[in-house]
Amino acid sequence: MSFAAFNFVPVILWTDALIFALLAAVLVLVWFIRRQEHLLAPWRAVARRPMAMGAALVLGVFVVIGLLDSLHYRERLPDSPVDAPQYSVEVLSVFDALVSGLRIRQEKTYSAPLAMQLYAKEFIARDGATVRDYPRLQYGGAHLKHAGDHRPDIVRRALVGLAQGLAVGLLLFGLLAAWQGRRTQMDFGVWLTAWGAGWLGWPGRTVVLILAIMLMLAGVLIQLASGYHVFGTDKVGQDVLYISLKSIRTGLVIGTLTTLVTLPLAIGFGIAAGYFRGWVDDVIQYVYTVLNSIPGVLLIAAAVLIVQVYIESHPELFDTAAARADIRLLALCLIMGVTSWTGLARLLRGESLKLRTLDYVEAARAFGVSHSRIISRHIFPNVFHLVLIAIVLDFSGLVLAEAVLSYVGVGVDPSMHSWGNMINGARLELAREPVVWWQLGAAFTFMFALVLAANLFADGVRDAFDPRLGGRR
Amino acid sequence: MAAYILRRLLYAIPILIGVNLLTFALFFVVNTPDDMARLQLGAKHVTPEAIERWKVEHGYDKPLLLNAAATGSAQFTDTIFFQHSAAMFVFEFGKGDDGRDIGNEIRTRMGPSLAIALPVLVIGLLVNISFALLMVFFRTTYLDLWGVVLCVVLMSISGLFYIIAGQYFIAKLWNLLPISGFAGGIDGFRFILLPVLVSVVAGIGSGARWYRTIFLEEIGKDYVRTARSKGLSEVRVLFRHVLKNGMIPILTGVVVVLPLLFMGSLITESFFGIPGLGSYTIDAIQAQDFAVVRAMVFLGSFLYIVGLILTDISYSWVDPRVRLQ
Repeated sequence: MSFAAFNFVPVILWTDALIFALLAAVLVLVWFIRRQEHLLAPWRAVARRPMAMGAALVLGVFVVIGLLDSLHYRERLPDSPVDAPQYSVEVLSVFDALVSGLRIRQEKTYSAPLAMQLYAKEFIARDGATVRDYPRLQYGGAHLKHAGDHRPDIVRRALVGLAQGLAVGLLLFGLLAAWQGRRTQMDFGVWLTAWGAGWLGWPGRTVVLILAIMLMLAGVLIQLASGYHVFGTDKVGQDVLYISLKSIRTGLVIGTLTTLVTLPLAIGFGIAAGYFRGWVDDVIQYVYTVLNSIPGVLLIAAAVLIVQVYIESHPELFDTAAARADIRLLALCLIMGVTSWTGLARLLRGESLKLRTLDYVEAARAFGVSHSRIISRHIFPNVFHLVLIAIVLDFSGLVLAEAVLSYVGVGVDPSMHSWGNMINGARLELAREPVVWWQLGAAFTFMFALVLAANLFADGVRDAFDPRLGGRR
Repeated sequence: MAAYILRRLLYAIPILIGVNLLTFALFFVVNTPDDMARLQLGAKHVTPEAIERWKVEHGYDKPLLLNAAATGSAQFTDTIFFQHSAAMFVFEFGKGDDGRDIGNEIRTRMGPSLAIALPVLVIGLLVNISFALLMVFFRTTYLDLWGVVLCVVLMSISGLFYIIAGQYFIAKLWNLLPISGFAGGIDGFRFILLPVLVSVVAGIGSGARWYRTIFLEEIGKDYVRTARSKGLSEVRVLFRHVLKNGMIPILTGVVVVLPLLFMGSLITESFFGIPGLGSYTIDAIQAQDFAVVRAMVFLGSFLYIVGLILTDISYSWVDPRVRLQ
């Protein structure tokens, strides 16, 4: 193997491949749009909305973490020979390597956020006698000598992190101001005044503010996470911050790959039904009424049960647990996509019905232009904004749906990190005394941040692209 | 009118057949009874005899579509398709894995489901419309802007959070209402209160925002300008004209979900321990009880189609311009 020189072998899971294919497609699309002014104009309108841009920034951070978490590899077992390497069955990602501290530092069981002691009392040997007390954590706050240092140390770390974040933010802003000032031939002070007054369109004040807040938050998190478990640990002692961060990829995969499945079905069937009418329309309408009439959760549940049966009866197809979980995730995306294309298809059908009677389409038909060409040149570009709006609007709903499906037991594989699995595993913890709230809290906070950002961004995109809304919000 | 309804009912039949064929394909062709048996028995007890026994117990030991061994009409009736799929058209659902009759179970569980779903619908409608009207009344002010922001924030919170937070704070910490459970009659009131409250709050975000868009669309129309130019006050315009016309899309949106109320809400019912159809479905999914899941799929699609027909009728009822023929 050519990878023997390194200590790992790359693993490309199905969803990884699809995610990077999607990324490539998006980049091509961006390159294409940049060259066409009429396509670029609505995006400029999105860029002028402070809320949408702030949301895009937050989404960007999530996407970067998700992408890093999609580059998987398996480490070489340390005691296997280099010329005949054997690889660990554990599949890691580049993101795991970056935050390996969080992954490795595992405690015995629950511990509260930022705690230095375990959550429950145990018998411990101290000064020759056995006492019942809260044992110290193996890693969290292990650098502290006295319990009295605990609070000052947290405050000190938080302040240092805050200052570091602020410093990085100021540095970035200074560089930006210098660059912008040079470009616009403005003095730094003049530029700053003009920017502060909001006269310069880009970068908006909100965006800079949100970036600064995010940098400071990151600084505080990094500082605290180096010595403590910021969101505590779960039942088996795993860091909850790590699990929450790992869940980002699952949420993103479900939100994006499901749409990827939906699009060809919705676009193909929707436009065909509206454009060709007649028996094509009848058949397609019949198919989507049937699919629509089955309650969504039940259809998903039925299909997931079937996939589960398939996976259980073909264990030889999957060499690692991660590959198994990955296939189940992909199947979930497929199933959700197949059950959710009907709404967009109906919308596209109605629009195509209207478009096909317009003069330029009639003219094209009179000239003998083929159907495929009319659809690709005249119909599709005119419904594209509907497709785009549907993509961004559906995303947040899909992320939320994952949690519900995992609770029902037909979501992602139980071994996969996801917010739904976190909530499902933690819902009995509130009945404990004292209450274990941090796992639920972390899952809901992360999910809320992603979904809120997606919703705000979707609103911006919809307002910019939907001609029906005009100037109205 | 009667002819129209009859035609719609006839149109419903091929759709139900489609649903039936789809579920048949999913449960018996893609995924054979042998696979089901293996999953149910678990890895330890899988022997060919055990699988055969499981199939005989559940009536899955017959050929799928055509029984060549039988004679006469039994060639078609003594098959899995006829006994398990076609029988659903007369609401014969057979027995679940726990041995209880599914049809019976559905009849007794409809009541509790409705006891939660109906108040949620009515109260939710009132709350959402009031909130939306308030935002529309103060449109172009900061009150409206922050109202919309609040809606987006409420929308972005997972439905599970509302339930868990409601149970934890209202029931466990403050001891105001029971955490979960159900009772019939007037005594059941205190059990219903919390699930209804939680479901209404969870629905405000998307509901109020959706109704606000409908009202705003209405308010831009010519008749509203005419009404205003006649000197009607804004409140009068809003309540007499905008609300009345905006109710058309709102009501027709409600009518389509009316029959589905019988199905209940999966998550709410299972969290609050309501013995309704929603929790029945969840239990069946978790226990991998295929017969119950299949029955619920059929019932759900049947109720959805009833909802579609009711929607068409209600269109002609609230909007005299729509004529059914």
